[in-house]
Amino acid sequence: MTEPTESQTTPDRPEPDDETGFTRRTALKALGATLGAAAFARAMAPLRSWSSEQSMDEFLQQHYKEMSPEEMEQVLRRLEQETLEQYGADVHIEDLPPQEGVQFGYALNLAVCNGCRKCAEACHKENNHDRSTNNSYIRVFEMEQGSLDFEKGTADYDHTVPAAGKYYMPVQCLQCDNPPCVDVCPVEATWKEEDGVVVVDYNWCIGCRYCEAACPYHARRFNWKKPEVPTQEVNPVQAYLANRIRPAGVVEKCHFCLHKTRKGEMPACQQACPTGARVFGNMLDPDSDIRWVLENKRVYVLKEDLGTRPRFFYFFD
Amino acid sequence: MTERSDDVSHFLSYPRFIWRALVESTDGNIYFYVWMTLLTALALVGANAWAHQVADGMGITGMSDHVSWGLYIANFTFLVGVAAGGVMMVIPAYLYDDHEMHDVVIIGEILAIAALIMALLFVIVDLGRPDRFWHLIPGLGQFNFPMSMLAWDVIVLNGYLLLNLHIVGYLLYKRYRSETPDRRWYIPFVFLSIVWAISIHTVTAFLYSGLGGRYFWNTAILAPRFIASAFVTGPAIIIISLQLVRYFTKLPIPKGPIQTLISIIKVTILINLFLLGAELFTEFYTGGSHAKSATYLFFGVGEHTALVPWIWTAIVLNIAAAIMFLHPLAREHFAFLNIACILAFIGLWIEKGMGLIIPGFIPSPLGEIVEYTPTLAEWQITVGIWAFGLMIYTVALKIAVRILTGESNLQRDQKPKKKAVDDSGSA
Repeated sequence: MTEPTESQTTPDRPEPDDETGFTRRTALKALGATLGAAAFARAMAPLRSWSSEQSMDEFLQQHYKEMSPEEMEQVLRRLEQETLEQYGADVHIEDLPPQEGVQFGYALNLAVCNGCRKCAEACHKENNHDRSTNNSYIRVFEMEQGSLDFEKGTADYDHTVPAAGKYYMPVQCLQCDNPPCVDVCPVEATWKEEDGVVVVDYNWCIGCRYCEAACPYHARRFNWKKPEVPTQEVNPVQAYLANRIRPAGVVEKCHFCLHKTRKGEMPACQQACPTGARVFGNMLDPDSDIRWVLENKRVYVLKEDLGTRPRFFYFFD
Repeated sequence: MTERSDDVSHFLSYPRFIWRALVESTDGNIYFYVWMTLLTALALVGANAWAHQVADGMGITGMSDHVSWGLYIANFTFLVGVAAGGVMMVIPAYLYDDHEMHDVVIIGEILAIAALIMALLFVIVDLGRPDRFWHLIPGLGQFNFPMSMLAWDVIVLNGYLLLNLHIVGYLLYKRYRSETPDRRWYIPFVFLSIVWAISIHTVTAFLYSGLGGRYFWNTAILAPRFIASAFVTGPAIIIISLQLVRYFTKLPIPKGPIQTLISIIKVTILINLFLLGAELFTEFYTGGSHAKSATYLFFGVGEHTALVPWIWTAIVLNIAAAIMFLHPLAREHFAFLNIACILAFIGLWIEKGMGLIIPGFIPSPLGEIVEYTPTLAEWQITVGIWAFGLMIYTVALKIAVRILTGESNLQRDQKPKKKAVDDSGSA
């Protein structure tokens, strides 16, 4: 039990205070344990300020689908209160269910899109994206004429558009009918709604980012830090599964602006497009523009071979 | 009736046994204290970096929306392999009745426990919201089973951890009490653990190979490749552990188990290289956009070459290790053998870690090349978890060895408090 180190008793003799069971070694161990515990508390100190921002209600909050209307109501008011405290903005957050008889679809005319990125900018503002990273659910690729290969395109172009020999291809979540991102989520924090929109419960996501790895279209984003949005720029018209300001550490994605579209409006990107390239609507409505495009244009979807069945279509006039 | 009262007493005496073992494990010589202090310090640095990561967000890592998994998941993947590799002692011991292996098989099971705890910690530090971990608990949260491979992984990893904790705990407890273990209480679990070991690394491979949008991972031989390399790294670590145990303790370590493990590695290290070669042939002969990640990994694309030095280091180390294991010196010369083990360990840590996880994200599904380099915080957390895992491994080995050698024994502990003083020098 004992080693002949300088500060300790030799192994040949019983330890001095053996009667009481209290030895110098025990004392040293206790000292070591105390120091260790203190050092551990010190190491974990950054968690203290963080945990004071987290409420117990948030911690115990149930999954979106498990909450009663009353519980949902409390959550919405709490989230509004938090937005007021943390962003100084007075917002209204709704829980908007899908409408009966609506199946959203989106089509984009590649022949007229000029790569101005107004859609990405509108998305950025509409959805209360982090200002410091200029995040948006839409990325516009400048593609080489005569090729559909993204590797020959770039999303980082910085010149007057349209450029000669190029065409432009905005990409956002395609709201797949067979979404790989939904399959892989270990906690069912993301799912497909009745109207076809794939949504995320930002208060249920654990931030494992498996969905980000699974998406073949780079449609998902992770909140690597708490989003920064100046008070006067916060869009106060918000919905729970849509554009409310996301917490840090969770995944988000395009939701077809359901806080607008489920009330009969067009998504922000469609409204912002100056060329009329974007056609959005209810595919079940025989008089809708989207229905006309699907019936009369030769549309295609991205990476059809993967079997994801997107409901976002591209076409050339 | 006696059986029943026996059961009740075990409920009390088992925790007492564990407590006693933990208390005893804090004794050791100066080397032990220096080693544990060093590990504690490293673990604390990691804990501190993780606390910052939680408080400030994962932006302090080098990961991005393009490369959304990095060093943590790379280590996780590798460590699941180490845990599965521990079974390479169990199979000879129980399936082939290798008696010498049987005497030391517990070292492999302890390695599995330590590696699993590390693997689970690497998942936790990769979570953006660790406070919501309870969403993953079946019954409490929403468990996407059987659809999500990550849900499967939660089950198989925790199941394997429990199996090994039971087997190791039960056998040591019985030995501590000088009782013969009841075969019904461990043999079925041992055989289950053999199948289970294969399953943990298979499911972990399926995490990646099931993703149709990631061509680099979307290959049927990913699971066999994982298993092959697991059966190199596990035995390699055990070979070194056995020698350390022989050096630092009184536990007799026979030559046989080490020779058996060398024989295993001789085969598995070649299978691993063969499977890697088969994969690379398919990638490069076919070419096209499906081979873009492999091209990036091995040769770089344009000025983007961050992973090229990593993977060539791994290839050189793996081939060197294979040649060394095949050389007759490996059986005779321990220093030579240990170098081979270390080369294989580092080579596979790269190949099944950084060399497998990162290129899966480069280029992105939309053809963009965004590179990834781990930040200081990520290295701190990674080293911290490894240090913590080594602490667990050290303490568990120490407890096990003292029980196996009879230094720690119930009868002896129950003797009046006149301390045995003859067991100094053992760590």
